Amino acid sequence: MADLRCEIGGVKSPNPFWLASAPPTDKEYNVVRAFKAGWGGVVWKTLGEDPPVVNVSSRYGAMSYNGTRMAGFNNIELITDRPLDVNLREIKQVKKDWPDRAMVVSLMVPCEEENWRAILAKVEETGADGVELNFGCPHGMSERGMGSAVGQVPEYIEMVTRWCKKHTRMPVLVKLTPNVTNVLGPARAAKAGGADAVSLINTINSIVSVDLDVMAPTPTVDGKGTHGGYCGPAVKPIAMHMVAEIARDQECAGIPISGIGGISNWRDAAEFMTLGAGSVQVCTAAMHKGFKIVEDMIDGLGYWMDEKGYGTLDDFRGAAVPNVTDWKYLDLNYETVAKIDQDLCIKCGLCHIACEDTSHQAIAAEKNGGARRYEVIDAECVGCNLCMHVCPVEDCITMVEVDNGKDYMNWTQDPRNPMNQKAAE
Amino acid sequence: MGTQPDIVAGRLPDSAYAENFSDVHPPLDRKAALIESSRCYFCYDAPCIEACPTGIDIPSFIRKISTDNVRGAAQDILDENIMGGACARVCPTEVLCEEACVRNTQEHKPVQIGLLQRYATDALMDEGTHPFTRAASSGKRIAVVGAGPAGLSCAHRAAMLGHDVVVFEAKPKAGGLNEYGIAAYKLPDEFARREVDFILDIGGIEIRNDQALGRDFSLADLRRDYDAVFLGMGLGGVRALGLEGEDLEGVYNAVDYIAELRQSDDLKSLPVGRKVVVIGGGNTAIDIAVQVKRLGAEDVTLVYRRGADAMSATGHEQEFAQVNGVKIKHWAQPRELRGAHGRITDVVFEYTQLDDSGRLAGTGDAFSLPADMVFKAIGQQMLPLPQANGGSELLEMDGACIAVNEDRQSSLPDVWAGGDCVSISEDLTVAAVQDGKLAAQAIDSFLRR
Repeated sequence: MADLRCEIGGVKSPNPFWLASAPPTDKEYNVVRAFKAGWGGVVWKTLGEDPPVVNVSSRYGAMSYNGTRMAGFNNIELITDRPLDVNLREIKQVKKDWPDRAMVVSLMVPCEEENWRAILAKVEETGADGVELNFGCPHGMSERGMGSAVGQVPEYIEMVTRWCKKHTRMPVLVKLTPNVTNVLGPARAAKAGGADAVSLINTINSIVSVDLDVMAPTPTVDGKGTHGGYCGPAVKPIAMHMVAEIARDQECAGIPISGIGGISNWRDAAEFMTLGAGSVQVCTAAMHKGFKIVEDMIDGLGYWMDEKGYGTLDDFRGAAVPNVTDWKYLDLNYETVAKIDQDLCIKCGLCHIACEDTSHQAIAAEKNGGARRYEVIDAECVGCNLCMHVCPVEDCITMVEVDNGKDYMNWTQDPRNPMNQKAAE
Repeated sequence: MGTQPDIVAGRLPDSAYAENFSDVHPPLDRKAALIESSRCYFCYDAPCIEACPTGIDIPSFIRKISTDNVRGAAQDILDENIMGGACARVCPTEVLCEEACVRNTQEHKPVQIGLLQRYATDALMDEGTHPFTRAASSGKRIAVVGAGPAGLSCAHRAAMLGHDVVVFEAKPKAGGLNEYGIAAYKLPDEFARREVDFILDIGGIEIRNDQALGRDFSLADLRRDYDAVFLGMGLGGVRALGLEGEDLEGVYNAVDYIAELRQSDDLKSLPVGRKVVVIGGGNTAIDIAVQVKRLGAEDVTLVYRRGADAMSATGHEQEFAQVNGVKIKHWAQPRELRGAHGRITDVVFEYTQLDDSGRLAGTGDAFSLPADMVFKAIGQQMLPLPQANGGSELLEMDGACIAVNEDRQSSLPDVWAGGDCVSISEDLTVAAVQDGKLAAQAIDSFLRR
């Protein structure tokens, strides 16, 4: 099978599947179980300065969708609530017992050089493979000037990253918050500060639901709630966009990326990697199903790579990046229309009503003696794909390319672009 | 043959009766209902709606279940079918809504519409509130004959539209076949009575029991005393085999025995034979066969003169009987009921086949089945209307049933009819409910014209 060994920013692991800094990596017991299950590495749950923080009860909210539980997930838990020396002792022991696994330690201390210098020295002593600077946590710690309060200010990111690079020989990963208008600012700052890699995304500011009896957001703590960090399958598209933006940014210059955000299986992981991620970090899926899910991730990715002829992760990492472009470079002359396979059609009519009510009135509903038939009106179809997405039958509706004989032409070349008309005048 | 027929009560341990006659399809709990409701695609122009004789907006009520809007779901159902609770339990959904479900094409597994309907209607009935209010009084009075599904449906809709209704019921209890005729395990826990109470909660409906048309009053009386009449008296008669020996002891009409079983408060007191033969191929045949099996009969053989496809019992029902240990024999017709000392001992059957012109014919070969009990379930028919009684004009008939138009109006302008006693209705509870509903709406238009 394909070689899944992974190296990112100088941190090596036998496979690219790491557990993200979160409850599953808060202590030796869990991390050892994870390593026994096969995880390639962990980012130990964020350490801070003593005295440890205090956490609330309860801590998690979840979004179920159509019977799928935890399609989205959020938490209001803070960083580790255990004493620093306990964590450091356990990290040292686990690294000693599992030398081949990646042991990255997440850190969050106040924004003073001395605080960072002090904790880095302690972590270095454990033999850990690297540190991850938690500039992302959106709740609680940010109110105290840490976490995303730092991650939302590129100048702070650059400054702290620089301190860390100055005070440790360990690789420094910078974890980025998605709670910004443009992730490139923070990413470029991390690069400028000398970061060895960036990890993203951290969780997204969210209220996951409102308890209509208590009249408060969930999770509810004695009648009140607060915004929490959103994660799980629902955030994957947001995360992948941010990963891709960094991967194709010249200024970020190919900085290694550890991808995070809704990764639940090998396919999710492969998608992140094609957009430039070197390793991936998982949390919600493990919290939902336990550590055993890594088995499918490992052999699923391996079998897929074998099938595609990829020997190592480098063979396909970033392979989709060149195809992520700006809208203005998309081919305006490319045309598709929907095609319904009448043999597969189950006559649910969803394609018709979606197109009729909300799009282009391009699917006709016919009824001959009780027999329903749904047919695309090619002349009206703009190739939007909506019908394909609403159709519950796989491959029943496909988008077929129309050979219109036209050459590639994007918006920058299009005479309908007012900017081009101006230039021509 | 000299042995005594083996018919005794209490063949089973006491505990077995409750188990054998409890809910055949246990209800969905909330979690199961949410999962099942999520399987509905919310089809546009959904085929299931078309397949429901009462036209319930099925995708709508299922979507409401999926959002925990169970009250809204129940309202959707009951708007179209006031007996949605009974229909959820007794409808042959496998040939109605669930047969039409597009999931069949995809995965041969329809959404369990019947169970979801029960989930919603049970919740509302358990709440104890009535979901409808009456329109302002019209001052009109309507007579309904028969307190079965057709009559009650008509009465409820008419009451809702502001009319006062008197229902004349020949039996001591209202409910019709739901009370007297459906297999016990399909409507356990007095569901029929509870549903009648639920329907009457709307107000404006008076039920007069032990009042039979032709015996206690005439159609002419009703036409004289009321502004409109609805006839929903069902089929009072049972078809006979027309064979010698039908009057032997141990030979029963299936419907009579089922009625006795349904009214019994002590099932172990019901006598049941060791060897039982059921003649017929409809749902009544299945119901009697399975129920006597569940009462402890050892061998139950259901004999039908044609093949499985021709049985009016659905494939699902046939399979249910077989799973319950009923043996189904096709292509044989009864020739003789034999007995000794006035009691049935065995039934002689002749094998059948279709002749060259496609007609059923005996082959001449025969076999005999020993029987302690024989149940006739070859169909019911309408008792002849006592037309002369009271000097009413004659109702036009269509065969043995009352002829009606699509509004369920008979040949007499102030008389409507529905349920099993009309010719255009399928013999289904849900079809009877639709008849009653349509008739009430037509009566309302008639009275307000």
